[in-house]
Amino acid sequence: MSGAPARRAAGWRTTGHVLGRWAVLAAAVGLWEVWARQLGSSFFPPPSAIVARMYDQWFSGPAAHLFLTRDAIGNVLPSLGRIAAGLAIAVAVGGVAGVAIGRSPAVAGYLDPLLQFARALPAVTLVPVFIALFQLGTEMEVATIAFGTVWPILLNTIDGARSVDPLQMETARAFRLPGSQRLAKLIIPATMPRFFAGLRLSVSLALVLMVFAELAGSSNGVGYEMNNAQSSFDMTWVWATIVLLALLGNALNLLEQAVEHRMLGWHRGARGRTP
Amino acid sequence: MTEAAMLEITGLTRAFGPGTGHLALDGITLTVREGELVSIVGPSGCGKSTLLRCVAGLIRPTGGSVVLHGAPVDNVPDRLAVVFQDYSRSLFPWLSVRDNVALPLRRTQPSRAQRHAIALDALATVGLPDTAQKYPWQLSGGMQQRVAIARALACDPVLLLMDEPFGSVDAQTREDLEDLILAVRRDRQMTILMVTHDIDESVYVGDRVIVLTPGPGRVRADLPVALPAPRDQITTKELPAFVRLRTEVSRLVRGQEGRPGDSGGAEEPRRPADPRGGAGRAEYWGRERNRSRAARASQE
Repeated sequence: MSGAPARRAAGWRTTGHVLGRWAVLAAAVGLWEVWARQLGSSFFPPPSAIVARMYDQWFSGPAAHLFLTRDAIGNVLPSLGRIAAGLAIAVAVGGVAGVAIGRSPAVAGYLDPLLQFARALPAVTLVPVFIALFQLGTEMEVATIAFGTVWPILLNTIDGARSVDPLQMETARAFRLPGSQRLAKLIIPATMPRFFAGLRLSVSLALVLMVFAELAGSSNGVGYEMNNAQSSFDMTWVWATIVLLALLGNALNLLEQAVEHRMLGWHRGARGRTP
Repeated sequence: MTEAAMLEITGLTRAFGPGTGHLALDGITLTVREGELVSIVGPSGCGKSTLLRCVAGLIRPTGGSVVLHGAPVDNVPDRLAVVFQDYSRSLFPWLSVRDNVALPLRRTQPSRAQRHAIALDALATVGLPDTAQKYPWQLSGGMQQRVAIARALACDPVLLLMDEPFGSVDAQTREDLEDLILAVRRDRQMTILMVTHDIDESVYVGDRVIVLTPGPGRVRADLPVALPAPRDQITTKELPAFVRLRTEVSRLVRGQEGRPGDSGGAEEPRRPADPRGGAGRAEYWGRERNRSRAARASQE
């Protein structure tokens, strides 16, 4: 068996597979287009109109601004910035506290009921509290995102840090690794797979929380824009915002996956080999 | 004896659980001389691994003492290295082979280049010169255990502890690794304590074979191995002396007395056998033998 033709055949199969999957999406959009045109309702504009509106609204700017319009810079970028800030706080707090709590079984035991309770609390219900604390604006929105996204990261990291293989810990002791190295070379890497499992959940949550917090009261952002679109009864604009959020969600997931892929190469490899 | 005693284990007892608890080791007394390779065999659950962990300072004995070079062991001593059975878990999958071997050196070697040089040297010693950049999980089981041995050797230990090091590799690899250990010991001055459940292995690599009783572990026999020095998987194992010794160890492990007039022997009255445990053990050993026989047959 020579490898190259077989690989090429497999490559074609993969390409065909990918094309096939995108074909389903294209067909669905096509059907939507036909249906919406026939319906002719202003509540359900056809996808072509939505895309045209998205282009006008956000992506028809000057080349010097990467084709972003003033509206995109004024609303989309602040929203992304809030997501980034909220997630950064959640990662820092959840990661550090998670490792610390996970490695001290007594503390983890005492805190468990509290953490489970806090996690079950829907973060959006705290928006009124955060509005009272921070007033309307970026701080309130970042606080909402951070508070909502910290739990998956924290709880997964606690679990990961708690379940570091005892034999690996014993190996570290047998080779007299000092505490700092036990942390840097064993506990943190061993916790990473669970940390990323939490981060994946948090990234999806962050988008929801961003929109909700901005709907509740904001002077800019995608949620603010959605509010504007809705109150001016411009349904094409509302739909354009919805599609934009879907695209942002996908982009954030891809970004998270790329980081995870890079950081956890060993994990995929090691898992692939273990029966 | 010309060599000095390096390791003295006196009345070592270890219980697990609250109160009197479950007794894993019951008064082990054992002296190991500088440069010796001592095999420790015994049925499953006799506390072999517990004994090794007490010597390594990983767990504290309930009673008795472990003295290394005249100093009591109460934490992991310097220049002691351990090879665990479960190589796939004791190597860190997120570190390359070289970084795994170099990791314990950080404490003593501030220079990164120096650490890498020592690691590469150790990898060459165990016959893996070209694996430094790979990850452990990209290697076969036997190669991973070689990496674990290299990690131990890189620490330049005076005392090397091995806990059933070759229990998870196939028969051919096991023989290669046994010879690797013998070669390493010839080239470097090291004292080795090796726990095994393979009787042939205990005799083949050992200068002495310590047979433990089923749990709680006591020393049932301490047998010198008088076999000629360069040992060979084929010719050593067909020597009448080898066959005699392995048969004797086998008897002792199964709970029978050594042949009358032999050295070692049980120095304590045998306790009435617990029929349930006894049957379990016989079955265990039968299974072990069949498995290793099957492994050997499949090799041929």
